Amino acid sequence: MTTDLKKSVILHAGVVLALFVLQFVLPAYHHGNMARIMVLASYAIGYNLLFGYTGLLSLGHALFFAAGLYGAGLAMSQFGLSAGPALVIGVVAGVVIGAVVGGLALRTEGVAFMIVTLMFAQAGYLTILYFGAYTRGDEGFVIAQTERVLFGVDLSAPLVRYFAAFSLFCAAILTCFLAVKSRFGRVLVAIRENEERAAMLGYDVAKYKLGAVVLSAGLSALAGAGYALLFGYVGASFASVQYSIFPLLWVLLGGAGTVLGPLVGTVFMFYLIDLSSGLTTAYMLIAGLVLVVLTVFAPQGVMGEVRRRMWRWLP
Amino acid sequence: MTTTKTIAEKAVSKPTRRDALKTLALGGAAAASMPLWARYAGAQTSEPIKVGFQVHRTGIGAAYGRWYDRTTSAAAALINEQGGINGRPLEIIAEDDGTDPKRGAEVVEKFAAKHNCDIGFGTLFSHVVIGSAPRAGELKLPYFVVSEGHHVASGMLNRYTLQPGITDVKSQVQAMAPFVADNLGKKVTMVFPDFAFGHDHRDYFTAAIEAQGGEVLEHIAIPPTETSFTKYFPKIPRETEVIYHVMVGPAVLTFVKELGEFFGPQRPEIFGFIDSLEAVDITSPGLEFLEGTYFWEGNPRYAQENQSEYDAFFRERVGVDANGASVSDPRDVSTYAHMFGCWETLHVVKAGMEASGYRGTQDRAALIEAVEAMTDMPHSIAHPQGAKVFNGKTHQVFGKQYISKVVDGKLLLVHTTSIEDTFYPDEVDYTTQSL
Repeated sequence: MTTDLKKSVILHAGVVLALFVLQFVLPAYHHGNMARIMVLASYAIGYNLLFGYTGLLSLGHALFFAAGLYGAGLAMSQFGLSAGPALVIGVVAGVVIGAVVGGLALRTEGVAFMIVTLMFAQAGYLTILYFGAYTRGDEGFVIAQTERVLFGVDLSAPLVRYFAAFSLFCAAILTCFLAVKSRFGRVLVAIRENEERAAMLGYDVAKYKLGAVVLSAGLSALAGAGYALLFGYVGASFASVQYSIFPLLWVLLGGAGTVLGPLVGTVFMFYLIDLSSGLTTAYMLIAGLVLVVLTVFAPQGVMGEVRRRMWRWLP
Repeated sequence: MTTTKTIAEKAVSKPTRRDALKTLALGGAAAASMPLWARYAGAQTSEPIKVGFQVHRTGIGAAYGRWYDRTTSAAAALINEQGGINGRPLEIIAEDDGTDPKRGAEVVEKFAAKHNCDIGFGTLFSHVVIGSAPRAGELKLPYFVVSEGHHVASGMLNRYTLQPGITDVKSQVQAMAPFVADNLGKKVTMVFPDFAFGHDHRDYFTAAIEAQGGEVLEHIAIPPTETSFTKYFPKIPRETEVIYHVMVGPAVLTFVKELGEFFGPQRPEIFGFIDSLEAVDITSPGLEFLEGTYFWEGNPRYAQENQSEYDAFFRERVGVDANGASVSDPRDVSTYAHMFGCWETLHVVKAGMEASGYRGTQDRAALIEAVEAMTDMPHSIAHPQGAKVFNGKTHQVFGKQYISKVVDGKLLLVHTTSIEDTFYPDEVDYTTQSL
């Protein structure tokens, strides 16, 4: 193991350990917040694989998050499945939809890719509304507390919820870490840096990009399914454009192309909104100003700046 | 024998509602002039009762949120002038939920875990209620919603979620059918947004009009992203006697204008829900076509000739003029058909806390049981919209509905339903769930 890799492993293991310990010391309010943040950060990690490492800017990731959310939620509400199989179905739904959308959207590139993914997500959102008899449309539906039980454990209990969110986050960050450190991840970065060169070197660029979309969609769906099981609500607002923009903001703030960036960005944005909404109704203006300032003074995001200025080994 | 009443006779004579209002106003003014320590001196603690107010200050519900905010402040001020709840002042802790279910759930967590609120209160939009209620139930935070959604009475939510201050859409819609069938026509075409709110109207009204011997000739669902409606109007069958519409959002102005252009002066009867035009001036350019059409109103926006003293009092305290607009800005039209729900809900909370001897968060379950035990809620200052009946099993209140006609650019009340018109069989018994 190289020195840089050792440092990376120690840093990321340290962050994971800190998150684990936090559940025993955080006050109740922040305890609940961190559980939610870890689920959303898992979504951002999935997004980062495509945007940060592969250089593909999607504006339709809410479709994948919603695939997991509804895949798990409908499996329970319509077919009476328990939480475990529902979670698996949610992830499979995301992977399948990711493969289909990727297969079609990757025929385009650049701005066209953004628009095509946006349109797919909008189609998904309208599909949820159209099948309102099952999905309850924009209102959504509740997964009863009594049904949210995994391996005999009540997922709505605060400590269990935190630990489940933590496990989900660990699975996402480990997947991301292993992927970017693998040959597959290095090819993705090569595609991001110079797609033609990667193709010239003999890599099947289309195949790698499709792999990135599918992996990204799968992680996003995992987060969506986790959200449904941990917080008990499935609704169409999670499939709206807003929830395609959020992971982009979280990743941009935290640092695109860094493993820890999505977590940092999600924490930052969550508390920025939470605190500023207590001061003014124009809290999104504050969020917007902060984004502008960060883009001007730290264009690579928080962890991107850390990598540029201090830790060049940061993955 | 003189006709002048003796002092004794006066003492035992039944006070009029006007006397009661005067007394209340004088008492309130007197209480307000007392120092804080004196007002709440009878309580074991002067710690405030904290009401977490989940308000739509931003997002699609902002217009409603603004008026829910004003109504809640007015109700809280009145309750505090009267000595608070169990001798303790009421403190409203407002948090914006952005009309978003995810943020709504976070706000509920904030009320319970950060602000240590006694209850959560005030949510309107159904998706925010449904997104937030699971967390309220898990945190055992009594969650009093003012939503008019059928989600509470349908059994979808939990024992900690109640709707005691506003009727639900199912009861509203079914109570309209007898009036429509008897006065406007039995062959109806429905135009509604193609999402859950519209689907509720489609399902409940279709069944209700059929029960009256009528029928829905055509259901025209409009996609929520639609901005022009002309292409849908040819689908309206020629034999249609009544068009029933529930379009909501900014597109309603275009909808009405295009409907007017399509039909011209030869139009069928038109019946709509005022939800379409809450916070919108009925005399706005483009809405002239609404003249002579009918609307459901949860509470008549325009002060009627036979306006109750309670409505006049409510109107004055919230700051609404006789046209349903802000007294400080006539262009700022209220959401009068819904916002009374905040006022009434806070009074139910007060009654529930007083009945249960509520002392603090340890008594939340007792508060739920006290509200569940409520039944009749008489027309009063606490219930200015009208008398109501609360169903403790379904956690839903039932009350009179109003139908108004647009006459000379104003909404004139033409029919009031009975409370019984709004009843339907119970779909849940929340009292069987553990607290």
